[in-house]
Amino acid sequence: MTDPSSTQDYQSDRESAVGAPTLRAVVGSHRIEEEMFGKVFDPQIIQRIGFFVKPYRREFIISVVAVLIFTLTQLMIPMIIRYAIDWGVIAGDIGILHAALIVFATVIAVNYGASHVQETVVGKAAENVLFDIRRAMFAHLQEVSLSFMDKTEVGRLMSRLQGDVGSMQEFLETSVLSVGDIVLLFGIITLMLYLDVQLGLITLSVMPVLFIARIFWLPMAREAFIKAHETNSAVNGALAEGIHAVRTVQGMGREALNARLYGDKVMANLGTNLWASKIAQVLVPVVDTMTGFAMALVVVLGGAKLLGHTLDVGVMVAFLFFIQRFFDPIRSLTIQYSVMQRAMASGQRLIEVLDVDVSVKDRPDAVDMGETDGSVEFRDVTFGYDKRQMVLKDLSFRVEPGQTVALVGPTGSGKSSAMSLIHRFYDVTEGQVLVGGHDVRAVTQASLGRQIAMVLQEPFLFTGSVLENIRYNKEGATREQIIAAATVLGADPFIRALPQGYDTMLGERGGSLSTGQRQLLSFARALVADAKILVLDEATASIDSATEQMIQRALAILLKGRTGLVIAHRLATVRNADKIMVLQAGRLVESGSHAQLIAKGGLYAGLYRANYASFDDVEAPA
Amino acid sequence: MAIADAHTVRGGLRTLWRMTQIAFLTPWQVIFAVGATLIAAIMQLIIPRLLGHAIDQTQLLAAGADAATSALWDTAWLVLAVSAVRGIFTTFQNYFSEAVNHHTGVELRLRYYEQVQRLSFGFHDSVHSGDLITLGLLDLDGARQFFSTGLVRLVLLTVLIGFGGTMLLRTDWVLGLMALSFVPVVGWFSSVSQLRLRLTWRDLQDRMSVLSRVMEENLAGIRVVRAFSAGAHEMAKFDAASANALGLAHERVDIRVRSTGIMTLSFLAAMGLVLWVGGEKVMAGHMSVGTLTSFLTFMTILQMPVRQLGLLVNSFARTSTCGARVFAFLDLQPAICDRAGAKDLVLADAALRFEAVDFAYPNAPDAKVISGLSFSAIRGETIGIIGPPGSGKSTLAHLIPRFYDVTGGRITVDGQDIRGVTLASLRRAVSVVAQDVFLFTTSLENNIAYAEPLAEDEAIEEVSSDAQIHSHIAGLKSGYRTVVGERGSSLSGGQRQRMAIARSLLPRPSVLIFDDSTAAVDANTEARIRMALVEGAGDRVTLIIAHRLNSLLHADRILFLDKGRVIEQGSHAELLALGGRYRALYDLQTSGADREGL
Repeated sequence: MTDPSSTQDYQSDRESAVGAPTLRAVVGSHRIEEEMFGKVFDPQIIQRIGFFVKPYRREFIISVVAVLIFTLTQLMIPMIIRYAIDWGVIAGDIGILHAALIVFATVIAVNYGASHVQETVVGKAAENVLFDIRRAMFAHLQEVSLSFMDKTEVGRLMSRLQGDVGSMQEFLETSVLSVGDIVLLFGIITLMLYLDVQLGLITLSVMPVLFIARIFWLPMAREAFIKAHETNSAVNGALAEGIHAVRTVQGMGREALNARLYGDKVMANLGTNLWASKIAQVLVPVVDTMTGFAMALVVVLGGAKLLGHTLDVGVMVAFLFFIQRFFDPIRSLTIQYSVMQRAMASGQRLIEVLDVDVSVKDRPDAVDMGETDGSVEFRDVTFGYDKRQMVLKDLSFRVEPGQTVALVGPTGSGKSSAMSLIHRFYDVTEGQVLVGGHDVRAVTQASLGRQIAMVLQEPFLFTGSVLENIRYNKEGATREQIIAAATVLGADPFIRALPQGYDTMLGERGGSLSTGQRQLLSFARALVADAKILVLDEATASIDSATEQMIQRALAILLKGRTGLVIAHRLATVRNADKIMVLQAGRLVESGSHAQLIAKGGLYAGLYRANYASFDDVEAPA
Repeated sequence: MAIADAHTVRGGLRTLWRMTQIAFLTPWQVIFAVGATLIAAIMQLIIPRLLGHAIDQTQLLAAGADAATSALWDTAWLVLAVSAVRGIFTTFQNYFSEAVNHHTGVELRLRYYEQVQRLSFGFHDSVHSGDLITLGLLDLDGARQFFSTGLVRLVLLTVLIGFGGTMLLRTDWVLGLMALSFVPVVGWFSSVSQLRLRLTWRDLQDRMSVLSRVMEENLAGIRVVRAFSAGAHEMAKFDAASANALGLAHERVDIRVRSTGIMTLSFLAAMGLVLWVGGEKVMAGHMSVGTLTSFLTFMTILQMPVRQLGLLVNSFARTSTCGARVFAFLDLQPAICDRAGAKDLVLADAALRFEAVDFAYPNAPDAKVISGLSFSAIRGETIGIIGPPGSGKSTLAHLIPRFYDVTGGRITVDGQDIRGVTLASLRRAVSVVAQDVFLFTTSLENNIAYAEPLAEDEAIEEVSSDAQIHSHIAGLKSGYRTVVGERGSSLSGGQRQRMAIARSLLPRPSVLIFDDSTAAVDANTEARIRMALVEGAGDRVTLIIAHRLNSLLHADRILFLDKGRVIEQGSHAELLALGGRYRALYDLQTSGADREGL
């Protein structure tokens, strides 16, 4: 095992030798945890979540009824034993004993049925509700504005779709049970008082003590639990990093130091875990002693009462039974309290997702745009993701059907934003974007989508076969059409060389393919989509010359007969375009052919002469 | 995954034994936990007896025996004392067994982490990182709880059922058998259902991870989804995955409910039986009311632990499978490690030599990626390496720091076979700037100082300036303390590569290898980096692997690789004059480009 103190030693050795350098080393990153507990009860959240429970109202009502029956039968069992002993056994009446046994048999049969119904119905209904909530969130995320998606980490959304939905499920399942717990608690109290008021009151006096002890204990336990949870995720995060970065770690020879730093985290986690275990256990002796105390009271007082013939033995037996079950409902109710707080915090986050604005939606009078000529026009377009900062300013241009336009300009000049507006990923702040003569806001998004195919800078592949990736959502595309598209683009040879050809399953994000191959697949996907307009953000990643040539050829094929708007990074692409548009700080500063622009001696000529491999990597635009 | 499951009974027992051995690394905690369990269990058994006594004493009292009052008080005190003692020892039992679990977890986690770092590239190539994470989180967690859920519970159940059962049978064997009749039924159903739930659990995890993957890919690729207006298509994928998981989730509810219902029913039925037969016995005067009470109380006490029999079985099953997987991983021997008696690399001229090197990847031993490769370079030299994809360029780079070992021939640094020196000293001397840059989610300075965590500020700034990233960092609000976004997302590709260059320069390597590591850097910046590096280049051998010819025009020698062999070598001018493959590539890259400087 690694000595956890060694990191400090490592550091202090150096400190004594050289001034005060710091050890610039950590493993795992610090992630801010989300609030784990919320309010106990928030009517707004209950109402919103209630909306998802509504379809299963019948199931939940049945469950509650079943829980009530189940609890009542549980309460009846000690009572039956009591009567069986007092009126049957001790009174010597075998008939009553047998009658009691028949009742007993009936009660346990009902108990069985009720518990079966309740657990099955509520268990399944809770699963359904949570799958419904998850679906609603997922469906909503398909609609929300892209700027929300841009600034939200996928991991964060996933933790909502998984973790938060999970704690909601826990809440739904246990909330029905807690109805039973409350009934059980009051049932025990009532029955004890009914059996013998005096003895009942005295033994019940320990109950508030248990409650109070539990309430004082709860915040302490929660703090300990949260600390243990946090240090635990720190350890897990460090392990995940160690696995992902293992090649860098080995290349840089950081194994020993990392093991020590990881050891520190593990030991810190051990400390918080042991503390949490301690806290979790402190209440056990209190509960056991109080239970023992209550039983002792029953023994002594019950004995005295028996002497005065004011109490039956059977009542004493029933009391002893009830006391042993005293603490169960108290414990589960306090657990339920925490579950509820956690569910409220999660519910809050679920609602946040469901409430994210859908800024781009079809107008009620939106029409299907049908087939168009494929022209694209910007009329005085001003656009910003944020009201205070406009990314595009008074941008106007027109791309004729079949024309290819290359967009160039430094990073942040607004090229990608302009391209996003064509597909109406965002709505313009001012001005108009027209596709085939239609304002994009006046037509349905689905019909607009059919006119435009997009190839993104980072080719994104889904888990699935090569064939499925090329087909994507063009469900009518046949295998032959797909193979034809791949063949035209020159992707066919490498696809056939894969283990199962077109049916080869691609790993995570197409990991088994090279960058160039992934690009060709995303080209093929766009070709199969067969739209009038192609919007393409050229990849900047490095590829060897042979592949580059292949991609250039493929690009030419892809653009043939279509209107093309290309965010260009490669010289060859720029030169092949019909028109070059140079953007700077959201404005169109120059446009024309390569020769025209060079002759003009403006920004384009400057960038070109500066010999930049890519027009984006210019750090300080001229 | 490459790690096999051990399914044999012997393998399972061996795993359990190894887990037990790890638990005994904290022997006192184990002893305290087991001791406390024994005491708590015995106290647990005494309570029903005491209550039975109390009932009998009250019966006597009712019959007018005065002495019984003090006896009743004694019993009451005993009930209180025994309950308190039981509570205290239950606390000890739970705390110490949890503590043993945590210590076991610490031990396994540390071993696991060290093993991850120790296993060589060949292994990591063969497993999915997600699988390694699952193994290190879920399986390890499943195995580490063996002490409390397996061993301690075994002790507890043995004492309760063994002693308690004997006690009942000796008091009245007929009634005892009836009282215990629910034990085998509950034990059986709880074990069967736990094992079934275990089986479906893995299945459900798989289906849930398909669902997660659908959601995650959708969110990560949301631009593609929107670009193709594929919302409906994605919802259909989601619904299919969701329905698949939901079906199994329902099935699990059924499995669980079926067994819990029968368990409760059999327990209550046994209780009814005891009440019936016991009641008649009391009426016939063969038994006291107190004894009947103690039978019934004892049954309530036994109910919970018996239900846990299933958990016990589950714990053994889980530990033997999860533990076997973890141990199988921990037992792997790294393919590349220090030889016995390996000495530190002694640097003199920093001369690098490849002597008839052959190499094939472990997963395809027949496909040679490098064959008969020989070349040498001395201090101050820069060697350029170029060739088509798959020619073995990157592989060559990975052989020098021994990320993989050659399968034939040898590589020497200053005359020492690199397989004969310590890995730590070799990797300190050799630095590879990889094509794919992994940056850590910590400050930029921590990233640059990754190999030299005690570096001074000046040294960090110096290498950053050389790598042409200093001015960018200095311009950031928090400068060198800026934290890199998740997986370095806030830096552009070119900036990430420059970060990697700075990081590799800091330890002043004797052999510095650029593995296509300036591809995303523009030509001007690349030229500036090259100039900055000239200064230190005299002390080291520099290898530059690139696609772009102008990245290596300045090299002293250029090797043109194809299919793992050097097919042409010489200076840029010599190779142009040769008119071979290099020349063809040069023409291809400059064709139509009227740009000067290419």
